[in-house]
Amino acid sequence: MDLTVEWGQVHALLGENGAGKSTLMNVVYGLSRPDSGEIVFDGNPVSIGSPQDAIKLGIGMVHQHFMLIPPLSVAENVILGNEIATGPGIVDIRSAEAKVAELSKKYGLEVDPAARVEDLSVGLQQRVEILKALYRGARLLILDEPTAVLTPQEARGLFDIVRTLVKDGAAVIFITHKLGEVMDVADQITVMRRGKVEATTSPKESNPADLARLMVGRSVLLRVDKSEAKPGAVLLEVKGLTVYDDRHQVAVNDMSLEVRAGEILGIAGVEGNGQNELVEAIVGLRTPRSGSIILGGRDITQASTHSTLEAGLGFIPADRQRMGIVLELPIADNLVLSRFDRKPFASWIVRSFSAVREYALKLIKTFDIRAESPDQPSGSLSGGNQQKLVVAREIGTQPKVLLASQPTRGVDVGSIEFIHRRLVEERDNGMGVLLVSSELDEVLSLADRLAVVYRGRVVAMLDQKEADRDRVGLLMAGAA
Amino acid sequence: MSRDLRRRLISAVLIPVISVAFGFVVAGIAVVATGSDPFAAFVALFEGAFTNPRAFPETLVATVPYIFLGLAVALGFRAGLFNIGAEGQFYLGAIFGVLAGNSLPGVPGIIHIPLAMAFGMLGGFIWGAVPGFLKARFGAHEVITTIMLNYVAFQLTDFLINKGPMSDPHSTAPRTPFIDPLAQLPLIWPGTRLHLGLILALIAVPLVWFLIERTTIGFRIRTVGFSQGAARAAGMSVAGTLVLTMGISGALAGLAGADEILGVSHYMPASFSVGYGFDSIAVALLARSNPWAILPSAFLFGAMRNGAAFMQLETQVSSDLISIVQAIVIMFVAAPVMVRWIFRLREVPAGGLQITQRDTTGVSSET
Repeated sequence: MDLTVEWGQVHALLGENGAGKSTLMNVVYGLSRPDSGEIVFDGNPVSIGSPQDAIKLGIGMVHQHFMLIPPLSVAENVILGNEIATGPGIVDIRSAEAKVAELSKKYGLEVDPAARVEDLSVGLQQRVEILKALYRGARLLILDEPTAVLTPQEARGLFDIVRTLVKDGAAVIFITHKLGEVMDVADQITVMRRGKVEATTSPKESNPADLARLMVGRSVLLRVDKSEAKPGAVLLEVKGLTVYDDRHQVAVNDMSLEVRAGEILGIAGVEGNGQNELVEAIVGLRTPRSGSIILGGRDITQASTHSTLEAGLGFIPADRQRMGIVLELPIADNLVLSRFDRKPFASWIVRSFSAVREYALKLIKTFDIRAESPDQPSGSLSGGNQQKLVVAREIGTQPKVLLASQPTRGVDVGSIEFIHRRLVEERDNGMGVLLVSSELDEVLSLADRLAVVYRGRVVAMLDQKEADRDRVGLLMAGAA
Repeated sequence: MSRDLRRRLISAVLIPVISVAFGFVVAGIAVVATGSDPFAAFVALFEGAFTNPRAFPETLVATVPYIFLGLAVALGFRAGLFNIGAEGQFYLGAIFGVLAGNSLPGVPGIIHIPLAMAFGMLGGFIWGAVPGFLKARFGAHEVITTIMLNYVAFQLTDFLINKGPMSDPHSTAPRTPFIDPLAQLPLIWPGTRLHLGLILALIAVPLVWFLIERTTIGFRIRTVGFSQGAARAAGMSVAGTLVLTMGISGALAGLAGADEILGVSHYMPASFSVGYGFDSIAVALLARSNPWAILPSAFLFGAMRNGAAFMQLETQVSSDLISIVQAIVIMFVAAPVMVRWIFRLREVPAGGLQITQRDTTGVSSET
């Protein structure tokens, strides 16, 4: 494949998970070697054998998972490997901090050079990564899925930074699978599919629907098709719930909610406004300070996770890799993770592998999990298929209420479409769905009713019809 | 598939074998450096372990505790727990075993032996479950608490048998009385010290394998070892699993202690173990926490331990030489990347057999 990136431009590399974007960039950054072909940088053919070579040329990369040392300060992280020394073995931290401050000022990358990295938000940590690359003299900056971990606000901040950089003559390669971002930030767009370039275009000559089609190889529904909800009895009731966070601060403040059968209740809000604590309290991973949670008529306020799931809750956790699945275990084992010790998957304490396998094959088929075999480790699946695995497991138990937290985070378009359709289907079959998402568009298109949360409180309860983007956006920001 | 299988085989067999071979090479260099003949030393080691009169059965006698203890440590690894306390649990198993062995005089062996074994397991279970509980409840790291409990076990033994409540009043040496002859494990090789414990150890291997790979308890242990977050979100009790795993691990080590008493020494001396429990960490590492692989691994350590004394006698090369072999083995097995780098082996894909450090729980491994 061919790819040409010009100075002074933001070049978006768009493609689904597994399309080869990251592989390509690892070659450019010297992490892998190409089997054939060449890289031309600034007019000269170059051989990049290691990241050191890439850095020497002025290529910097910000990985999806940050490579920072949490207990060290911002400045220490930035200069790591290129320390300014006043004497043998003595690091001149003052001038390092000054240099870092100067760099951050120049590019609008505001961050306190003396702060410890572990105290920073994810968005700020990303700035430190960018500073690190710039400090090493990067003129071509590769950002691998930079917005996957950011709130909409942080993402907008990042776009501003990217624009400042290219105005200064640098070039940025922006790897993503989010269409909206591409339209916002890119000058040039290269769409990749299955390791090949599908098209090279620009935001002006294209639109999200076209891009999605190029990316997935068929036309994609960006809006969710669904009929009017027919809400039934109340299945999940949260009354006056107050939950503290890890630092013993009030995170959920006297919150009340109701989820009915046959409806999707969406929680909209900027991340960090109590959503995580609310979810953990419902699932039994965190003990509420006061209030009550009632699931299908049963008080589960103090119940363990085990009995909460038993009472009829399905749970899709926000952090797939840490809480959703066990990467090392086979797909089949992951599909019965919460029911492995129950009939027919086990009798007494002996597991029945044929029953597990049979059940897994059924779910793999129904939920279109692209796998070679149920015995393959889940970690070998793409992000989208891992998420479909979690969704399959949780819907597969046919719970009364499905609690879906960030159900499509870091997932490709095709899988998003599939997951959304399944959620609506289950709703139509009478399941109650509580959807927590920081992607406003997801909540707006899926939810029948919206609860907007701000600082641990529900500040507005809206019907889908009365929820327009601007109004919800303002409520999320705490205005009105 | 077959290529994948070959890679797994490389990782499972080749790396441990290379590690051991390399361990002997380095040990050989150390022998040269001290002015002795390495080949003579290794020949003597081999003779002492296998070909001398009664050497082979003695090697098997030394292998038995390594099997039980290796299984104990390996089980902990599978839950991400680093049980350094096998030595202390071994002592507790012995104390409990002696207690049962001489408090029921006249009870026939068919009842007495299983009872004493079970008692030994109970002692080990308690000594393992306590650090498990401390970790689950207060977050105290098991490496610290198990090491400290080792010393408690040593001092407790000293108190009990050195003119203490369990000491033999008719002996000048600090030791317990002999256990009831009916509680002794029968010999399976007449004229040697090889006892029924070997058979029990050979039965324990498939049982532990079955526990880990085929039961819901084992599934829980492995899931907690891989991802406490996912285990918790799926409704598993992480705390309960940690306590149970440490308990079972301790019980296996305790079984080794009771077996040594009932099968070999028939009483408890002051210096009961000379590092069996610590060596067994290396046994488990070399076996990469795979129960089947514990067998050859334990056999190797049994042979080295048994042959070392003869080697020292014959060639004046210190028996500490085997510690060098052991150290190199641990270094290589714990750092598989280094072995691959030195010998240019291909990397094993994710889900392979390397021992990995994960969040705060210590070491875990997967086969």
